[in-house]
Amino acid sequence: MPAPAQTRIIFQHIDEPGYTNDLACYVRNGGYEVLKKAVTRKPEELIDEVKKSGLRGRGGAGFPCGVKWGLVDRKSGKPIYLIVNADESEPGTFKDRYIIHQDPHQLIEGTMISCFANNVKQAYIYIRGEFPHGAKILEKAIAEARAANLVGPNILGTTYNCEIYVHRGAGAYICGEETGLIESLEGKRANPRIKPPYFPAVLGLYQCPTIVNNVETLCHVKYIAQHGGEAFAKIGTPGNTGTRVFCVSGHVQRPGYYEFPAGTITLGQLLNEVCGGPLPGRKLKAVIPGGSSAKILRFGERFKGKRKVGAEMVDYDWGVEDVPMDFDSLGMIGTMGGSGGVIVMDDSVNMVEALANINAFYSHESCGQCTPCREGSLWMKKITTRMVHGEARNEDAALLKSVADQIPGRTICAFGEACSWPTQSFIAKFGDEFKQYPETKKTAKPAGAAALI
Amino acid sequence: MNLKPSTLQAIDEVITHYPEKRSATLPLLHLIQEDIGHIPDEAIPWIATKLGLQPINVYEVITFYPMFRRKPIGRRHIKVCRTLSCALLGGYKTCAAFEQEFNTQLGEVSPDGEVTVEFVECLASCGTAPVVLIDDDLHEKVDVAKAKQLSAQIKAEAAQRR
Repeated sequence: MPAPAQTRIIFQHIDEPGYTNDLACYVRNGGYEVLKKAVTRKPEELIDEVKKSGLRGRGGAGFPCGVKWGLVDRKSGKPIYLIVNADESEPGTFKDRYIIHQDPHQLIEGTMISCFANNVKQAYIYIRGEFPHGAKILEKAIAEARAANLVGPNILGTTYNCEIYVHRGAGAYICGEETGLIESLEGKRANPRIKPPYFPAVLGLYQCPTIVNNVETLCHVKYIAQHGGEAFAKIGTPGNTGTRVFCVSGHVQRPGYYEFPAGTITLGQLLNEVCGGPLPGRKLKAVIPGGSSAKILRFGERFKGKRKVGAEMVDYDWGVEDVPMDFDSLGMIGTMGGSGGVIVMDDSVNMVEALANINAFYSHESCGQCTPCREGSLWMKKITTRMVHGEARNEDAALLKSVADQIPGRTICAFGEACSWPTQSFIAKFGDEFKQYPETKKTAKPAGAAALI
Repeated sequence: MNLKPSTLQAIDEVITHYPEKRSATLPLLHLIQEDIGHIPDEAIPWIATKLGLQPINVYEVITFYPMFRRKPIGRRHIKVCRTLSCALLGGYKTCAAFEQEFNTQLGEVSPDGEVTVEFVECLASCGTAPVVLIDDDLHEKVDVAKAKQLSAQIKAEAAQRR
């Protein structure tokens, strides 16, 4: 079956010739009309539309946005904050970068609609430190919007006030974790908070109720406010509504960003048709489907079980290529849709070396407050680096697994899972390669193999 | 501390963005680093006083975030992405090429004072790997040839200044 055509909602204007990131261009293309209508509606109506839409967060966890908004404590009398999580840092993910740089007003409009719906008077955009131009572009866009009475006091002649400020991070991955982000925004080390009691919806920024939403998620809110939750829910598949932006990187002919209705394209169609398949003379070997912490898939393995289609349970028997790209299908086969970052590896890659690269990342990025994660991520890095650059032993795979198995569930935040899933899944899927590595090292590397650690 | 008037103005403005002053710690560190090039010792008590904090509150933030540096760097800052997608397409070779071109090692100021080369984690442009951030500008698909070309540009600009 051929791949479906792209449906560009969020990326409609990305890379469009002549489209610029200023207010005038955005308004020429119908910008801020949705906000103008939204402020004449009841905020509860807008929240209902988002609930009906089934929109799931695009940052990684896939938590339903309407449920998140529904959890906000609206009775405390404290101000409610909204934070835009623009700390895009999951390796393999690069969608928010293009929204911020090329279409910042789309994000600001979505943010203002979300703020109005939730009676938020102050929003912050937490943008990663490595996007210096992105921060300036957003600041300029907010200033333009403020001058046009779209952000700030009494927007569009109403009594509603809302300010947005940009806050820059400084190179720490853990700031993408929402409670770590909140700590960072409070001017502290980004050590995530323990839940309970610190659910952001109740005790977030300055101990006030707080909504933290991903950049792409807030852009979807704009679409939902415009077309209605039901219309949005018709795109994609039940439970996985709307479009998804997939970021494909690594060993394919045409890496890049592609937007499709969620669940309508398989991994094989995405990689082979849309991205042009493997590089000349190579074969696809493995793929990480949802950001570097997602569990790896091995080409050639099969997944069998029963799944719900409509009201019925049907059998499925999938190869990696057959898996529909949605949160639920990827979850069923033991990995995750995560942030939409798809990292592809071909047969030139040695899996021990690829894991060593990933482990170096997580070891560098552990915030250090929980011992299993701080020490575990460090030792997984030390062992895999030693295997590549020093002595590799037959028992290393078992040692790595024993370290990885002791981390998840024993940490304050999900980083414990994120840093152990690569090691667990690489060893489960490519255990032979780890056992053979002492021998493999003695032979020449495949031509064209890149150093990974 | 000798900060430019524009920096001092930006500092006073950014503090007003937050209901609690402490939130301005990262913005102040960014502004001072942009002005001076690094975070000098005297900045720590200065920020603490400005925000009503203890110096340790500022110090612990500086040591947590990789982008803040305590020492001067070269005139240009070359950050090569090390993470998987870039490494798969030759990021390690790209990094080595910059080190070689400027006869320097990671994290050091090159002998001519022109650059500091760093290997950093994911820059979120994995589709155009390998990527390099030179000061504030992202460069895409930087293979060894392009790394040499970028290095030559930096050297040419340096020669013009002399």
